[in-house]
Amino acid sequence: MILVIAEQRNDKLNRASWEAVVAAQQLAGEGIPVKVAVLGQGVSTAASELAQAEVAEVITVEHEALASYTSDAFVQAAAGLVTATAPAHVVFAHTYQTRDFAPALAARLDRALVTDVIGLKVAEGRPLFARPMFQGKLLADVALGGPAPHLVTVQIGAFRADTVQKGPAPAPVTSATATIDPGTVRQTPEAPFQEAKQAVDLSQAERIVAVGRGIKTQENIAVAQQLADAFGAELAASRPICDNGWLPMERQIGSSGQTVAPKLYVAVGISGAIQHLVGMKGSRTIVAINKDADAPIFEVADYGIAGDLFDVAPALIAELKK
Amino acid sequence: MKIAVCIKQVPTREWQPRLNDQKTWVREQDASYEMNEPDAYALEESLRLREQHGGEVVVCSAGPARVQQVIREALARGADRALHVEDDALGAADAFTAAAALEPAMREEQFDLILTGLQSDDQGHAQFGPVLAEKLGVPHSTIIMEVQIDEAAGSLKVKRELEGGWFQYVTMPSPALLTIQSGINQLRYATLKGIMAAKKKEIRKVAPPAGLASRLTVTALYVPQKAKQTVMIGGSPAEAAAELVRRLREEARVL
Ligand SMILES: Cc1cc2nc3c(=O)[nH]c(=O)nc-3n(C[C@H](O)[C@H](O)[C@H](O)COP(=O)(O)OP(=O)(O)OC[C@H]3O[C@@H](n4cnc5c(N)ncnc54)[C@H](O)[C@@H]3O)c2cc1C
Ligand SMILES: Cc1cc2nc3c(=O)[nH]c(=O)nc-3n(C[C@H](O)[C@H](O)[C@H](O)COP(=O)(O)OP(=O)(O)OC[C@H]3O[C@@H](n4cnc5c(N)ncnc54)[C@H](O)[C@@H]3O)c2cc1C
Repeated sequence: MILVIAEQRNDKLNRASWEAVVAAQQLAGEGIPVKVAVLGQGVSTAASELAQAEVAEVITVEHEALASYTSDAFVQAAAGLVTATAPAHVVFAHTYQTRDFAPALAARLDRALVTDVIGLKVAEGRPLFARPMFQGKLLADVALGGPAPHLVTVQIGAFRADTVQKGPAPAPVTSATATIDPGTVRQTPEAPFQEAKQAVDLSQAERIVAVGRGIKTQENIAVAQQLADAFGAELAASRPICDNGWLPMERQIGSSGQTVAPKLYVAVGISGAIQHLVGMKGSRTIVAINKDADAPIFEVADYGIAGDLFDVAPALIAELKK
Repeated sequence: MKIAVCIKQVPTREWQPRLNDQKTWVREQDASYEMNEPDAYALEESLRLREQHGGEVVVCSAGPARVQQVIREALARGADRALHVEDDALGAADAFTAAAALEPAMREEQFDLILTGLQSDDQGHAQFGPVLAEKLGVPHSTIIMEVQIDEAAGSLKVKRELEGGWFQYVTMPSPALLTIQSGINQLRYATLKGIMAAKKKEIRKVAPPAGLASRLTVTALYVPQKAKQTVMIGGSPAEAAAELVRRLREEARVL
């Protein structure tokens, strides 16, 4: 059996959970059942939504200590469930929440965990998990050792939610009891919040020029601004540019910044890390300018120029001004 | 306060990885190395906390002899001393192994706070911190953008980054382990004085516990296949610019 641990907040299912179900269905192949667990307090809507999938069972694990997420409570509840159900694999979407508790869960169970998986293969009867290494410049096929269950987290966007196999009738929803000693939950969370409302809403921009670490210095940001002006575009950035304080945080594109889908997205000196790609890969036309012809950004680009941005940007500005 | 900061040495971002003959790992002998980027932010945070609360900052690193380079750098930036779990034989171990290697020596030290990076720039398992916390029996929180310490209460309050521009404050008792996100602070760099002072600082070498074995095995390492047909535009910068603008106007119609 393969167990998926889905994610919800306020009974609203995290869409990435579907991707974890897809990965589990692929991993299971024919004949091995997939079950999905939802942890929380009051999760019936999320559970009945998940029951649409071709799975053997949806298991709700409810407890007041699971009402707001903490790693301590989730590790305890998940460890109890995994021990009771004895799956061969446990599959999660590689969300921030999974990052926070799955490694601790693996350590508690003393089982192997492979993270950020983007593909599955079988070799000599055992599954191999493909995952990026070296900032996505390489992929590694990873085999997992030690006793089952093996824990697997899948990269957001790697398995397409719309390929999920739906069942002929809703799967049964059952409930399992969680044994959590509230005295052992050490984290006290407050309600999530957003920083002060953003002054620039990049999601409305028709064209965006985004600049990355290839720009080298703060002074050179002016070059990117001129290029943006020439395109009639908003200027945006990858995370390191905002971390350095060269552009305000509100101009950051990616998983921890804004998600945009403009008509034109020009990535300048950006390598194309997954956390950046998730924020912009829905753009209609993507242009990448990077001196490294093998940079992962070219994987999502429609047009690419492999060259030095300090040569290409001035040439583009001149051309656009013609 | 006794603060540990876990630092990993990784190949530089500019390095173009080359595969070994078995195509199961990179040719480490060709790489040039640097401090893992989030770890530099974790180090800076530990120095700032020491400035506010006193105490000492101890660098902890596991890996072959070459990792002394980043240990020295951390000492030059202001850490007080270091703990190096050294073994040339372990090779590209997984995060569990690294945490297991550091755990006994770190347990003995009884740190009040342990900071790590949120993930490494090379293997990027994003596991080491929570695994080490679990092994040490201390609470943890990940992807942290702010640390406030209440020494009187023996607790800390941290700001966790969530997806899409959301954040959350979490309080927990110390000792605790936090994984630090890049951008939590502005980095400082080593001064000449710091570099000189680092030469006299202690680096304690410890052997890893016996019987460590990686559970993750890389069976093949390869360059990802391109799925998308990217139109690569060549020529001189002026030619490429003219061709790109033409295509954006006529083909993509986005200008
Ligand atoms: C939990 C988490 C959340 C994150 N959230 C985000 C996010 O929201 N947004 C985000 O962007 N990142 C995010 N990151 C960081 C992300 O993983 C990458 O580290 C980051 O996107 C890299 O930025 P970069 O491409 O600008 O820099 P690098 O990866 O350093 O790439 C620089 C690129 O510039 C090229 N270059 C250098 N010089 C030149 C030149 N002269 N001409 C042309 N090209 C040149 C290089 O070839 C290289 O490809 C997150 C990471 C984590 C772990
Ligand atoms: C004795 C020994 C020798 C090793 N030799 C090699 C080698 O020759 N080549 C090789 O590629 N790998 C080697 N490793 C393994 C490697 O150093 C990493 O520890 C391991 O791969 C961690 O996984 P990760 O990078 O994905 O960590 P992640 O979980 O992504 O890292 C998160 C954070 O954990 C901390 N961290 C991770 N690893 C270490 C570490 N080793 N020391 C201190 N803090 C760390 C950092 O703060 C980092 O930001 C060795 C490990 C040990 C214990």
